Amino acid sequence: MLQTFNRSFRTAAWLGWQVESNWTDPLLFFAFSVLKPVSSVLILVFMYHAVAGAGSDAPIYAYIFLGNAFYIYVGAVMAGTSYAILDDRERYRTLKYLYIAPIAMPMYLLGRAVARFVVGTLAVVITLLVGIFFLNVPVNLLTVDWPLFGLTLALGIICLSFMGLALGAWTLTIRNEPWFLGDAVAASLYLFSGAIFPITLLPGWLQPLAYGLPVTYWLELLRRATLGPNAAAFPTFAAWSNGQLLAALTGLTLAFGLLAALAFRFFDRLARERGLIDAQSNF
Amino acid sequence: MSIVDRQLPTENRQLPAAPRQVIHGWRYFLRTVWARAYPRIIGQQREPAWVFFETFLPFLATVGYVYVYRAMEAPEEFVGFAVMGGAMTAFWLNVMWSMATQLYWDKEQGNLPLYIMSPASLMAILLGMALGGMLATSLRAAIILVLGTWLFQVPFAISNYLQLFAVFLLTMTALYGLGMLFGSLFLLFGRNAWQISQMMQEPIYFISGFYFPIETFGFAVALAAAILPLTLGMDAMRQLTFANGPALGFLSVEIEIGILLLLAVGFVSAAKLALDRMEWRARYEGTLSDRRK
Repeated sequence: MLQTFNRSFRTAAWLGWQVESNWTDPLLFFAFSVLKPVSSVLILVFMYHAVAGAGSDAPIYAYIFLGNAFYIYVGAVMAGTSYAILDDRERYRTLKYLYIAPIAMPMYLLGRAVARFVVGTLAVVITLLVGIFFLNVPVNLLTVDWPLFGLTLALGIICLSFMGLALGAWTLTIRNEPWFLGDAVAASLYLFSGAIFPITLLPGWLQPLAYGLPVTYWLELLRRATLGPNAAAFPTFAAWSNGQLLAALTGLTLAFGLLAALAFRFFDRLARERGLIDAQSNF
Repeated sequence: MSIVDRQLPTENRQLPAAPRQVIHGWRYFLRTVWARAYPRIIGQQREPAWVFFETFLPFLATVGYVYVYRAMEAPEEFVGFAVMGGAMTAFWLNVMWSMATQLYWDKEQGNLPLYIMSPASLMAILLGMALGGMLATSLRAAIILVLGTWLFQVPFAISNYLQLFAVFLLTMTALYGLGMLFGSLFLLFGRNAWQISQMMQEPIYFISGFYFPIETFGFAVALAAAILPLTLGMDAMRQLTFANGPALGFLSVEIEIGILLLLAVGFVSAAKLALDRMEWRARYEGTLSDRRK
């Protein structure tokens, strides 16, 4: 069992890397990996400068920059797992062969997310470095709370993988326009998780939704770990300690782990019953 | 010497291009335009989920940017800039995914050889594609604009309807001309067409100033960005639709209309040349419709 898990995961990670990277030369691959996320951050930076002039001292500047930078992982890891299903089913038409191969499908999907995680990490690191060295984002690498940062990052990536697994399994059962599912969920999380603005700005009836999302706590902890005492200027979770935020993130990660396991079993059975494993939506 | 010339055997270089039987005349041209526009108009009605998501996703991003401006306590015009930018993303997405990559997808699905073999003008096929796509895209953009205006009480103050119409028309002509040019260029791509289309979303939103006034870039960068039709088109539209717009404009509206006119003529002409070149390659190399590329 463990051997199957290990084999499925490692092979999928290697395959995912090949799929992600071997379509072009390293230079274009690097540009592709970095241009898109850096541009989305730059949109926000220039929006800020258009309003506030040249200053970058306001706490909202760092809030927006860091939230957007770390959000790259959400698109990469969560939506990436969902795309893996679609790539294999619709584009390369290999999902049916994977299903009859002696592998553990959930581990295969999580393995496919590894490549996206690596590419996402590259984009996050470059975005942060551009921010720190060229755009006056007030992050001091020497004062970053690295243990908190590492723990939070790891928990968040695990949680995003679980969310991606549930989403990927759901994608299996969708015949029409399944491509939009990952994008729609990622776009919704972008809006409701306080990635680029404090969730207190949302209408009151939408705020409970934001508090129910693990990404909200994850981004808040990452900001606190990178900004240190400056993060206290953000009011959303001012009353929460780091321990409370970590507890909330851990609880939600476990909940999403359970949800992913149940969702995979349910949707996998549904897809098999309906003959959707080799379906073509003619995207 | 071009790449194509280098690849051709010496004895073939001097051969005249085999004439393609294109039926000339404006009636045939218009019939081809309509024939290609029709499935696009009808097809999009058959995919309500697609229409919903293509409206819903840009709208979510727009709402995000509106809240960012609110968090910065920006003047209300900026909220309007974000809503307008969100609406205009529908056109860029349409150009990239339904124009630039379309011939590539047609190649993948086996339709491209049929286009090449048919006596229809490729320009007419692409124009039909553009017009068919523009109809549904305009509807999506209008929905985003109306919803955004209603939800966030955007303070529009249109100063000149005629100029606004001219700016929109010229921007769309130049933009879809660029789309046609990309359409032929994307045929050169293989598996990377998908990635390149994706790569040309956020960077273009940034360079064209979809969500902020481009004068923020400074003159030199803004001028370089003006090669993209949406940059000046949106700058002019912002100046014409918001009370404080002219103060944040890059160039005067009249100059921007002049440049947009040049861009429209330039991109449509370049698209025609590029398509002719592609046809030439299709006939000589026989690899244009090769799905293995």
